[in-house]
Amino acid sequence: MKITENEVRYVAGLANLNLTDVEVAKFRADLNDILQHIDKLDEIDTSAVEPMTQVLLDTDETATLRADVPVTSLGNQAALANAPQPGAGYFKVPKVIER
Amino acid sequence: MINVANLTIEAIREALAARRFSAVELATEALRFAEAENPKTNAYLHFCTERALAAARTVDDRIARGEDPGVLGGVPVAVKDVIVTRGVRTTCGSRLLEHYIPPYDATAVQRVEAAGGVIIGKTNCDEFAMGSSNENSAFGPVRNPVAPDRVPGGSSGGSAAAVAQGTAVVALGSDTGGSVRQPASFCGVVGVTPTYGRVSRYGLTAFASSLDHIGPFARTVKDSATLLGVIAGRDPCDSTSAPVPVPDYAAALDRNVKGLKLGLPREYLNDLTSESGDLIHRGVDTLRSLGCEVREISLPNTDYAVACYYIIATAEASSNLARYDGVRYTFRSGHSETLADMYRNTRGEGFGAECKRRIMLGTYVLSAGYYDAYYLKAQKVRALIARDFQEAFQQVDAIVAPVSPFPAFKLGEKLDDPLEMYLSDIYTITGDLAGIPCMSVPCGKTADGLPVGMQILTRHFDETTMFRLADAYEHTHN
Repeated sequence: MKITENEVRYVAGLANLNLTDVEVAKFRADLNDILQHIDKLDEIDTSAVEPMTQVLLDTDETATLRADVPVTSLGNQAALANAPQPGAGYFKVPKVIER
Repeated sequence: MINVANLTIEAIREALAARRFSAVELATEALRFAEAENPKTNAYLHFCTERALAAARTVDDRIARGEDPGVLGGVPVAVKDVIVTRGVRTTCGSRLLEHYIPPYDATAVQRVEAAGGVIIGKTNCDEFAMGSSNENSAFGPVRNPVAPDRVPGGSSGGSAAAVAQGTAVVALGSDTGGSVRQPASFCGVVGVTPTYGRVSRYGLTAFASSLDHIGPFARTVKDSATLLGVIAGRDPCDSTSAPVPVPDYAAALDRNVKGLKLGLPREYLNDLTSESGDLIHRGVDTLRSLGCEVREISLPNTDYAVACYYIIATAEASSNLARYDGVRYTFRSGHSETLADMYRNTRGEGFGAECKRRIMLGTYVLSAGYYDAYYLKAQKVRALIARDFQEAFQQVDAIVAPVSPFPAFKLGEKLDDPLEMYLSDIYTITGDLAGIPCMSVPCGKTADGLPVGMQILTRHFDETTMFRLADAYEHTHN
């Protein structure tokens, strides 16, 4: 196995993802299969290749900048309309700092 | 009596001009038909009746005043539920967004309505567009209208099914690794993935930002070309949308493709000995009979595409999906004492299995110590795959390829093996990695009556050649 259950739990922690024990076992097996397939990439020598960090458009660097003109923003009410717990114009979350 | 399933954009234009029916009558019938058909396929998640009728009234008013109703005047359009619609629920096929009502419209949606299009409903899809079968929707799978025991393909399965069953004339989907072309091929309709940057992604819920595209579905090549013409073009709200002029695609369909050079990638066709392969070869014969010059080409890095794609796509997805943390987007787990627990519980309860799998893989490949080995390596391989296409397009004007190794499979058939499902994306993900335009056009049915699509790929921003070939082929094939 390329990945241990502990590593699966560690990665789930990084991803802020609560997993059940059943999920941990399942994802360990799935990730193992996928990572084994991904090892194929070791076959190619890419030492002289520049990474493709974006789909490049052959154009002037500033061609996709918009004019610096202010536009009306959504506004507080619309921005909060989908909040699970809005309050006093803010997103409310469980207490972070103890008094 | 209006038969929505037989209509094209042009037929609607003529009928409205001749006052054979009004846009409101058409919208009313499209909504009635779509709601009546929906239990068979589950293609739509919700209908937007009021909005559709308001849009139709606008079209009728324009006609009454003697004005042009717009390129899409009165045309019933279905929109994949990952594309936001102001005031109309947009769930992305996820429990997390079951009650999410966006405060704005996607640019593509704005443009469709500005052109007179009538959005009748939002279509089902794999959760956050992750899947190849539409079985990852939190609201149940979509059934293929051609064969109800089979999947419609994914992730834009609902949009493909809506157009195939005839409840919408055209639809918007999104494609990150084949999510427009593969369901189009499975359902027997036309599906287009334009050049990366051709259509604004503003309002398309982000899955993998360097690979995401909005693309049209239609029953004819011409209608898909018309719809792309409406939604394409620079948008200041998406800095990756390209400031490249948009030609009149539909007007370019001249049915004269003589002398065009077509490449058949040996890496795609050598292994494909199935019925799907036979149908592609017959499609190529048809294009040859139209005067195209066909030659074999090589895309040598094809074998690495799936590995490359599932690193880049999941890495980007793990970042993009980080925003669903219980703070802003409707769903929050009910029992969390601390902020950290709230994040973890919300995400653990909210995401379905496929999203979790991809978040896990994406987080893993980006994590300390693995970044160079996986993510950076994949970006380099992506450059090689893009170069394969650049070199091929020095020899040929277009590439013809399969869309999927097989036609629509049975519901549940491939759910237990995620890697096998990923591997079946091989023919579609290469186009997304390179960012080139590609489309699926129906090229016949298997002995079991299952549709098969043929893929046409062209150079960056050369959708015109792709549409001309597909239209000439469609005209001859039918």
